Amino acid sequence: MENNTSKGLGIHARRFIAYVVLIFITFLCLFWFWVLFVNATRSNSDLTRGFSPWFGDNLVANWTNLMAGTLPVFKGLINSLIISSLSAVLCTYFSSMTAYAIHAYDFKLKKFMFTFILMIMTIPTQVTALGFVQLVDTMKLDNSFIPLIVPAMAAPVTFFYMKQYMESTLPLAIVEAARIDGSGEFRTFNTIVLPMMKPAIAVQAIFTFVSSWNNYFTPALILTDEKKKTLPILIAQLRAADFLKFDMGQVYMMIAFSIFPVIIVYLLLSRFIVQGVALGSVKG
Amino acid sequence: MSSKKANNVVKYNKWGYIFLAPFVIVYVVFQLIPLVWTIWNSFFENYRSGLVQIGPTFIGLENYITLFTNGDLITYTQNTIIMWLLGFVPQIIVSLLLGAWFSDTRLRLKFSGFFKTVIYLPNLIMASAFSMLFFTLFSDGGPINSILVQMGVFEEAYSFLSHTGSARGLIALMNFLMWFGNTTILLMAGMMGIDTSLFEAAEVDGATSTEVFFQITLPLLKPILIYVMITSLIGGLQMFDVPQILTNGTGDPMRSTMTLIMYLNKHLFSKNYGMAGALSVLLFIITGALSLLVYKFSDNKES
Amino acid sequence: MKKKVLSALLAATMVAGMLTGCGGGNTASSSAPAPSSEASKTESSAAESTAPATEEGTVLNIYCWNEEFKSRLVEHYPGYEEIDGTTGKIGDVTVKYTIVPSDDNAYQNNLDSTLLKQADAAADDKIDIFLVEADYALKYVDTEYAMAVNDLGVTEADVANQYQYTKDVVTDGNGNLKGVSWQGCPGALFYNREIAKAVWGTDDAAEIQKKVATWDDFKKAAAELEAKGYYVTSSVMDTYRTYSNNVTSKWVVDGKINIDPNIEKWAQDAKEMYDAGYTNAYELWSDDWSKGFYPEGKVFCYFGPAWFINFSMAADKEGSVGYNGGWGITEGPQGFYWGGTWICAATGTDNQTLVKDIMLQMTCNEELMTGIVKANDDFVNNKPAMEAMAADASYSSKILGGVNPLPLYVASADSIDLSNMSIYDQACNEEFQNAMKNYFEGNATYEQALELFYKAVQEKHPELTY
Repeated sequence: MENNTSKGLGIHARRFIAYVVLIFITFLCLFWFWVLFVNATRSNSDLTRGFSPWFGDNLVANWTNLMAGTLPVFKGLINSLIISSLSAVLCTYFSSMTAYAIHAYDFKLKKFMFTFILMIMTIPTQVTALGFVQLVDTMKLDNSFIPLIVPAMAAPVTFFYMKQYMESTLPLAIVEAARIDGSGEFRTFNTIVLPMMKPAIAVQAIFTFVSSWNNYFTPALILTDEKKKTLPILIAQLRAADFLKFDMGQVYMMIAFSIFPVIIVYLLLSRFIVQGVALGSVKG
Repeated sequence: MSSKKANNVVKYNKWGYIFLAPFVIVYVVFQLIPLVWTIWNSFFENYRSGLVQIGPTFIGLENYITLFTNGDLITYTQNTIIMWLLGFVPQIIVSLLLGAWFSDTRLRLKFSGFFKTVIYLPNLIMASAFSMLFFTLFSDGGPINSILVQMGVFEEAYSFLSHTGSARGLIALMNFLMWFGNTTILLMAGMMGIDTSLFEAAEVDGATSTEVFFQITLPLLKPILIYVMITSLIGGLQMFDVPQILTNGTGDPMRSTMTLIMYLNKHLFSKNYGMAGALSVLLFIITGALSLLVYKFSDNKES
Repeated sequence: MKKKVLSALLAATMVAGMLTGCGGGNTASSSAPAPSSEASKTESSAAESTAPATEEGTVLNIYCWNEEFKSRLVEHYPGYEEIDGTTGKIGDVTVKYTIVPSDDNAYQNNLDSTLLKQADAAADDKIDIFLVEADYALKYVDTEYAMAVNDLGVTEADVANQYQYTKDVVTDGNGNLKGVSWQGCPGALFYNREIAKAVWGTDDAAEIQKKVATWDDFKKAAAELEAKGYYVTSSVMDTYRTYSNNVTSKWVVDGKINIDPNIEKWAQDAKEMYDAGYTNAYELWSDDWSKGFYPEGKVFCYFGPAWFINFSMAADKEGSVGYNGGWGITEGPQGFYWGGTWICAATGTDNQTLVKDIMLQMTCNEELMTGIVKANDDFVNNKPAMEAMAADASYSSKILGGVNPLPLYVASADSIDLSNMSIYDQACNEEFQNAMKNYFEGNATYEQALELFYKAVQEKHPELTY
């Protein structure tokens, strides 16, 4: 009895605490977007004054200035979209495939391969950056999207996640059943395994897309042709502008402009995650 | 496993290789070759001063000896681990807490879809843009300082980036904000796999939420938790862009916020393939050893 | 063993090259609707190899980090035709810009790797012109990758009207001039008139100059300003250029890092002023640093060139000091410069005549350069042109309360002596300021900060000792 009342009270108190914490966290998360969009409405001189919690009156001017400049903003947007979405697709598809190979089959090199991939996961990307650029040069792949997209196929971190996810959600009995039904291995993977992996794929697709979208380091070393450049490179170029053209208002506008598509992609994919939650409960 | 099943598995073995092939081929071409090249270079004196190429001259282990004797390696490893822990501990606590709340059937939070969506948003902002905002907010004349001074916390503006504690704290805070949503999403995706009937059964048995969390959620979440621990550790040891941009690459004050990769980056400036190579190999060993430790530790607990 | 690894590596690289080689060609032709750059490159290089050697190339490749030079060419170079963002046309020659931002050293990384391959590149892929900034100019000038302008046919007489310091920046160890600039960026001291009046009862330039004529006077003035609640400069970093432009020795002497007395004097003066609360240790361009653009910032002066006051001090913003014409100008303790872009010709260029003409037009043609002053408010690198404008009473600056600042810039440009530059300047100047910030803020002693400086420079230039 005593236990019950304390539990009842506890729920209300806990719910209250949960809401307070969540609202605080929501503020912490959204605040930055607020400041960013506020800054995109302010002029360069205005921005030298520092922080302002409220909009300026330079939104339209910043936009027209950005458009009037010679930076290929929309071309950059398309390039970024191509690279990031292809990376996300290739990365999640092939990581699932690799994870499936380790998860569902029992072959001689299995243990070795698993350990090997876990090991290479610990190699920082910066470590191989120099060699990578040299390699791209030797292959004459500078100014090509290939070295920015194809390497996503071999993503140890995504592989590891897929592997862990399969471990907790993909019983091999399903695969066996498919085999008995006469489904080929490749078909089983594409039509049975992949759909079951949807939440995991959505999660990793978001991560890959975002990190590829925001990547400056490697693209800046590989893409020098104006028509091939991605948004982060163009932002850096805007920040390197000479004194006549230097305009932080435009920089913030450009940042806001380049965040917009990611937000949309994220919102689209995050619906999958919520759906995944529903799926899980139906299954139960 | 019965022998019949084992036979079946053998029949399909080759598909394991086929499914592995794309990964292996791409890995070998785009990462293994540069990696071998990196390791190979660690035994050479090989850098550029301006446009003048020095080396490559074979010098054996000299690069490694330099790294160990000048004492920087230990300092930067410490810095990196301290800043990682400062960000990771609150991150995992908050993520687990949020995960528990979202999956708690009794709590029935409204708008949970909205909250779940919002937490990942900070990760969408480029680190460089994010730190531009941080500079503005935490500058001497910025809003944080003026609020703190008005509240009487400080007598005069406090230069956050000029003091070791607060500089590390800010870096940890930024990392926390950028990555806790990521962790929460991972944990939630893991929680989706948990059979909800387990929760219902527990509720019928009269288990408290805390009990449910520790007895059911946490153990079942283990594969994903291990993943989160290891990838966060690896990500932590590779911490670079936030401290690099926030301190303008200096690791100020007095390099107390200099991470291992920032140090590596210093050698990349002079195309010092020798030192950068040696540092990379050491980094690889440190990361590998720590990851193995986490993996083994969590494995042991199971048995 | 070693051999085995190496040959395996080589084989792998070659296979990889073959595998991806065809893939690369495919995307290039399918993803670029405009005449694919790769295709046209190979075509034209094939044509090139059969053409007689004396003929000039059809593509002029320019490497730069922003659009400044491009817009100057578009506006002022006779016969220049703009095609799109990164291409233009001069006669039959296509001008191609490769713009790589300077963030993360990307510009130099890219330029370096392209220059190192210059000898093997197809004629139309070779860099013809690359731009450099003063801080790292010597890195390129002191090598054979930059052509002496004499070899192009630009004579000493042609550049006689240019300011000496702009030539010092790009003169190599053997005394060859290897680049030219259309800009001059001599600096002056801008002081807040209101503050001057409040503290000394006058905002007359001659009177103020007396207060800041030497660094000792400057410190005395700082104390008087502090007593009334003003900062002398926004940051200790403001004065660094002025000290470092007036050194008597190079940063590196016989492979050893050398601290010039004037550099050390900066560290000590700055520490003294910081500790006394006369100024702060903000980084340039930070929010805190630019507070002084407005009266509430209580900053007495900034050091800068013409572009700084014209474009960077929020003069277009209502309420700023500049908006109300509230700045005064005087020479300050020592002359200095800030900024500027130099044009270098890359060795191996196949467009020598055109490169020469661009250099002559943009940096030696007085009429064209006067046009730049009028159109872009730039201070150009032409003594007679600038002196003529300095004497022109009708030219005055609103921001400076109606004063013509040119006579001061002209005097300053004449006094700058940059004969003590070295290829290590960029690394040393950056790292010295970074390291000393720790000293100013009390996180290190001078010796510790110096130790950190040496360490940081050695990371960038491992061959140096101290």
